[in-house]
Amino acid sequence: MRTDLIIVIPEITLLTMACLVLLVDAFSKDPLHKITYWVTQLSLLLTLCALFYYSPDYSYIAFNGGFITDTMSVLLKGFICAITIIVFFYSYEYLKENELLKGEYFVLGLFAVLGMMIMTSAYHLLSIYLGLELLSLSLYAMVAMQRESTFATEAAIKYFVLGALASGMLLYGISMIYGVTGSLQLTEITEAINSGVVDRMYLVYGMVFLIVGIAFKLGAAPFHMWVPDVYQGAPTSVTLFISSAPKLAGFAMAVRILVDGLFPLVDDWQAILSVLAVLSMAIGNIIAIAQTNIKRMLAYSTIAHVGYLFLGLIAGTASGFAGSMFYIISYALMSMGTFGMIILLGRYDLEAEKLDDFKGLSIRNSWFAFIMLCLMFSMAGVPPFLGFWSKWFVLKELVASGFIELAVVAVFFSIIGVYYYLRIIKLMYFDQPDTMSAIKASQQMRAVLTINGLLILLIGLAPNSLMRICLTAFSG
Amino acid sequence: MFLDNLPILSMLIWVPILGGIWTLIISDQQERIVKHFSLFITTITFLLSAVLYYQFDNSFSGMQFIEEFYWIEAFGIKYHLGVDGIALPLIMLTTFTTVLVVLAAWEVIDENISYYMCAFLVLTGLMNGVFVALDSILFYVFWESMLIPMFLIIGIWGGPNRVYATIKFFLYTFLGSVFMLVALLYLYSVTGSFNIQALHEVPLELTAQKLIFIAFFLAFAVKIPMWPVHTWLPDAHVEAPTGGSVILAAIMLKMGGYGFLRFSLPIAPDASLFFGNTMIVLSLIAIVYIGFVALVQEDMKKLIAYSSISHMGFVTLGFFIPFGIFAATNSSAGAVMGMEGAMMQMISHGFISAAMFLCVGVMYERLHSRMIKDYGGVVNSMPCFAAFMMLFAMANSGLPGTSGFVGEFLVILSSFKVSFWIAFTAALTLILGAAYTLWMYKRVIFGEAIREEVSDLKDIDAREGFILFLLASVVLLFGVWPAPVFDVMHVSVQQLIEHISQTKLL
Repeated sequence: MRTDLIIVIPEITLLTMACLVLLVDAFSKDPLHKITYWVTQLSLLLTLCALFYYSPDYSYIAFNGGFITDTMSVLLKGFICAITIIVFFYSYEYLKENELLKGEYFVLGLFAVLGMMIMTSAYHLLSIYLGLELLSLSLYAMVAMQRESTFATEAAIKYFVLGALASGMLLYGISMIYGVTGSLQLTEITEAINSGVVDRMYLVYGMVFLIVGIAFKLGAAPFHMWVPDVYQGAPTSVTLFISSAPKLAGFAMAVRILVDGLFPLVDDWQAILSVLAVLSMAIGNIIAIAQTNIKRMLAYSTIAHVGYLFLGLIAGTASGFAGSMFYIISYALMSMGTFGMIILLGRYDLEAEKLDDFKGLSIRNSWFAFIMLCLMFSMAGVPPFLGFWSKWFVLKELVASGFIELAVVAVFFSIIGVYYYLRIIKLMYFDQPDTMSAIKASQQMRAVLTINGLLILLIGLAPNSLMRICLTAFSG
Repeated sequence: MFLDNLPILSMLIWVPILGGIWTLIISDQQERIVKHFSLFITTITFLLSAVLYYQFDNSFSGMQFIEEFYWIEAFGIKYHLGVDGIALPLIMLTTFTTVLVVLAAWEVIDENISYYMCAFLVLTGLMNGVFVALDSILFYVFWESMLIPMFLIIGIWGGPNRVYATIKFFLYTFLGSVFMLVALLYLYSVTGSFNIQALHEVPLELTAQKLIFIAFFLAFAVKIPMWPVHTWLPDAHVEAPTGGSVILAAIMLKMGGYGFLRFSLPIAPDASLFFGNTMIVLSLIAIVYIGFVALVQEDMKKLIAYSSISHMGFVTLGFFIPFGIFAATNSSAGAVMGMEGAMMQMISHGFISAAMFLCVGVMYERLHSRMIKDYGGVVNSMPCFAAFMMLFAMANSGLPGTSGFVGEFLVILSSFKVSFWIAFTAALTLILGAAYTLWMYKRVIFGEAIREEVSDLKDIDAREGFILFLLASVVLLFGVWPAPVFDVMHVSVQQLIEHISQTKLL
């Protein structure tokens, strides 16, 4: 029991700190919520420290099989916390600028992170569900925080209704699995399936609903309808948050359910995921071309990226899962940078939401145009940027597992994808600006965005360590 | 000597790239310094390649100046460089051409000069990287990242329709390359290695070879470009600034050819044999049909672009003639000649097309038109220029005594081994080439001046004269004494022919 408690110290830390932030904010009278913001960042830092200090270097299953700590969970939680720190940094700048600053933003954010951490470590279908709901409910509230905006409200309602539907599906799938295997604990489910006495048809039936739930939460086609509206309607800082860290948690959930729990059914879920992957890459990449709103375009680009993320899972090997993990981490980095750019270009009352707002950026500010160029080429998968290696990694594992046709389809859709990323570069470099107003942003904002952009280039030039990290997550 | 231990290949890549970044730091404010610095860097790069040429061992067919260490250890991807006789002439061509490009931009580019120079310097480094990479993923990284500076060069400094042209250029070449990536990944799953030389040795079934060949074909045929995937080239050439056109024609097209020699032929020799006739037919179509297309062009740059496609048809013909020879005669006699002819054609076309584009650039700067009908009677006001252009026009149509003749002649000679009709059809280019080039020359240079401005044109200044003089001397030198090129590549080509004449089937 003692060890059980020790391994959840990071989660306990975060929970305590989140409650503390709630209290601090209730008593603080600062309209800029400076203390709240700094205590929030401190809580994430503390959680990070706790994570690396109290995590055993072996995998350990605690709380009667409900919770696991292994290399993958520690690494993913680490990345989730680190990414959220940057997200909150960008968010604070944005909220301050747009006078949307509320202490609840950070409290809800911290609870969302807690939900993600639970999802990452859950080893029991119910704890997975609990983590997921904690995350989702916090996100619904965050989307709705801009109360005066009809778009935001609409997005929140849509997100909530569809999200609830997805949760329902997930629960239904869970109940099916429970019905046939008699357990919700992942190792017990695997054992039950391996014993061969359970009826495969009911199992696959339940699994389909689980996959629908996962696809919904990650935003894979054909369960992607909520993504564009939520991305566009939510305040940019929330979109930024939704598009980064929760994706990592969603990936962890997929790995827990499909790999740790239902690996004996690998042939079945490979087939289903292949369909989802191809649809996502097709719909995401093709529809993105028609968008004029950059947040909406990035929403479709996310859908396409989720398709690529699935490719690594389809490979069905440890290094394939590592490829997917590499993909989702790099995607989070790129997505953060891109939304950071949107925040940087936006001013009060005038968000840089339209593609045309990027016109002539190279003349207005050549350095940030270059950063955006790196981000866009990276998203398109052009070397030497990070995005190339993430595509390379999953494609390599896919080919190694013999899914060559799927790899050909995937690269084909990536060509279509290149077009809309190139269009942004075209706007920045080949067109004249509509306005010459200088970019107003704080020094810290510039510095962090610069680091974010350069990371894309530098990791792209030396991807070895990040690849190694991802490989170790699945080497056990 | 202290030069012996220099990592000279790495320097060929990184000196221009770092130099390019430095020009950005110097910034547009100090325009003169940017120009001189860029010239300095390109000259240094050229000198480095000269040292490479000087130290190169002609009698050794394998890779030389090898540099090898792990880049991505997790997957055994190496930073692995080396040159052989096939890559060396192309590197020399690259470094030589970029010096000219910097000189040509001297007074022409007036906005964002530091970006312009940066793009070209980075491009030079990446192009050198393509020619020296011996790890397939490293090759792919250079091959693809090269598109970025070129995309910007055409898009920022290009003509009125530049956006369409540059996006078409990027998408077309990207389309070809990604399939090559899948082929490389497949080869890795078979061999467990990304080393290009290891890939040469691996036995493969015919079906696998065919698919690999098609994937590589998509990448290289688009780049070279072969008929019918050539349509990006005229657009890109016409819209690109002069320097961009020169680099495209002189070097980027050659990368397709280099790719065939480095990947398609040695990795899938049996598939190459299988597709040999198709490739020969495609090449002949390019030579003849595109020759006719060139004849009717009204835009000088477009005409030269089509003439490039036609000339590159000779290159692919020369690459696949050996397979025709294997099939027809069961021996490899004459195969080396055909391939060397194709290599020579690549080098010579690099100089001649660069010269032709620079000539058009010289006229465009003065009159801001590329249309043939706007000119006429240029010889009256620009006699020196007319003389230079005469030489290049002759070389473009393959006049003996110029470098353009050597390659074409060898390829035609070698095709006789396969069939008279292949040789005959290929030889039509001597007529067609002369027709479209000289007819254009006649309409532009001779006759009455139609527009008044033409008679007020200033003849070339010392800078332009120097560039054209350099190119003219190279064209003439290789026309009468091509030995320096042949000596370097002979052993490597011979070894390649030997390699591809053996089956790799299991």
